[in-house]
Amino acid sequence: MSKGRFGEFGGQYISETLMNELIRLEESYNEAKNDPSFTGELESLLNEYAGRPSRLYFAEKMTEDLGGPRIYLKREDLNHTGSHKLNNCIGQALLAKRMGKTRLIAETGAGQHGVATATVAALLGMECEIFMGKEDTIRQALNVYRMELLGAKVNAVTTGTMTLKDAVNDAMKEWSSRTDDTHYCLGSVMGPHPFPTIVRDFQSVISKEAKAQILEKEGKLPAAVIACVGGGSNAIGAFYNFIEDKDVRLIGCEAAGKGVDTYETAATIATGTLGIFHGMKSLFCQNEYGQIAPVYSISAGLDYPGIGPEHAYLNSIGRAQYVPVTDDEAVEAFEYLSRTEGIIPAIESSHAVAYAMKIAKEYSKDQSIIINISGRGDKDVAAIARYRGVDLHD
Amino acid sequence: MTDKIRNSFDKNPNNKAFITFITAGDPDIESTYDFILKMADAGADIIEIGIPFSDPVAEGPVIQNANVRALKAGTTTDKVFEMVARVRKESDVTLCFMTYANLIFHYGYDKFFSKCRGLGVSGVIVPDMPYEEKEEMESVSLKYDVEFISMVAPTSEDRVKMIASEAKGFIYVVSSMGVTGMRKDISTDLKPIIENIRHVTDTPCAIGFGISDPETAEKMASISDGAIVGSAIVKLVEQYGKAAGPLIYDYVKAMKEGVLRA
Repeated sequence: MSKGRFGEFGGQYISETLMNELIRLEESYNEAKNDPSFTGELESLLNEYAGRPSRLYFAEKMTEDLGGPRIYLKREDLNHTGSHKLNNCIGQALLAKRMGKTRLIAETGAGQHGVATATVAALLGMECEIFMGKEDTIRQALNVYRMELLGAKVNAVTTGTMTLKDAVNDAMKEWSSRTDDTHYCLGSVMGPHPFPTIVRDFQSVISKEAKAQILEKEGKLPAAVIACVGGGSNAIGAFYNFIEDKDVRLIGCEAAGKGVDTYETAATIATGTLGIFHGMKSLFCQNEYGQIAPVYSISAGLDYPGIGPEHAYLNSIGRAQYVPVTDDEAVEAFEYLSRTEGIIPAIESSHAVAYAMKIAKEYSKDQSIIINISGRGDKDVAAIARYRGVDLHD
Repeated sequence: MTDKIRNSFDKNPNNKAFITFITAGDPDIESTYDFILKMADAGADIIEIGIPFSDPVAEGPVIQNANVRALKAGTTTDKVFEMVARVRKESDVTLCFMTYANLIFHYGYDKFFSKCRGLGVSGVIVPDMPYEEKEEMESVSLKYDVEFISMVAPTSEDRVKMIASEAKGFIYVVSSMGVTGMRKDISTDLKPIIENIRHVTDTPCAIGFGISDPETAEKMASISDGAIVGSAIVKLVEQYGKAAGPLIYDYVKAMKEGVLRA
């Protein structure tokens, strides 16, 4: 079995052109993570620039309203740029600089990872180019302009379904044509080894903080940690330091779109099968011949036909559980959290909120659950208005 | 079977082979049948048949679009096998499949390669299955006498000898960084790579990516054992559709002459 395996999942299914670059990336990362000058700079930027640690907020009104466990929100939405994505981007950009790279490229779905990459590129004085499905540039037009403000070039990808999957395709193609000065800042725990491990490590700060915070506030571990899953970076970040605590239930919420019994879904664990794509062996939504299926979700960030290999593994051994949440449920949760707590969550994170609302009654008042609010919802307001048939004038 | 690929090189007076590529099902499977026979008649020594994939990440726009057209036309792995069976009634030209790991994995390695053997398909080229991952596929393909073709890239450096020492059939030398497609010139200095390969194996090596005219084909074949052309042929299909057959014939003939001059 090759490197970077989580059980049978993972690996390095990538063109020969990129193999040496991946090997160099792995070596550089292994050096960097044990180098105090690297970890020190990373921590300093996470604290001073990104604004970490993020709060673990006790959602008192939501707790009262749902009448179940004490509900805590891990506020990644308060991270600079408005989502957890920056945690990984700071880490990878510092690593890229250390490797002598001067240019970052990245894929983006909702635009959050693109914005985070463009932000770090601006901060560190690096060139930046983002690949974004044309469909998503329309759904998330504001984020396109935001990236351009930050000095990045945004390429609208017009192949396939013109969404996240196609953005990954084009970013990989670009990287295979230019590795000497360019690092591909992959945004999720997917792709070929070592990306799933590197991105997980950089995102695991979420559960490292959350574990200390909940122990301080509650004096015991939570009954459950709930996060949304597309590729799975915020979820693995929220789960990672709890994996060893077998009594903590780990729940990943997939985008069911219009339902797992329709073709308009992006729920990979619920509807996908084992395959090899985007550099990894994992679960994918695909047809009987292995053609990757066009997927759908109201959330551009979860609109991806695969899932990171470590999630596929945690699912296979039963350590984490993955559940589908529909567009309708997510939109309701989006509105609910806005009204109840005065927090507008990203439509991605709203999938996790929706499931927490659904299962709250299974828990007692002396238990707690943590919902990872992976991002803020400003970017989604226009789309939700459209969903509700509200006409917003520009 | 092992000898079939080798013989495709050795049968020519200069031991050089001209290798062509076509995307199956573009614009429809009947046309692909016709194009393969035309290429064989025109002197193609090995024909790579691309089984279309929804997300061909190693391809430039020309072959990417061919994949889209082929899938729209309803092409499936089974339909490609049926077409190859008909080709086999007319021609014993050396055939390889070129496709992505997921299509073969999903079809089932045993089922896929046993069909290849039945149809006399000699090799398989899988651009997203590098040296580190090939074992799961190659261990099955070899059971059915189908060669797993190894690729070497301009960035392979210290990996060249490792890859070449295990390579079977022929070695696919990728001329340039990036994806498939026609290029104005090939800037990579390929000679040191070819020399490294020659140090460890006598498996023939052919150069692909970016070759479109007979002069470049001749030049590439002269420093290696052959030239591979894909996008330029697929471009003719894009332009002329079902009527591309005669143009493909003339093009392949001219290119083959270039390779024979090497």
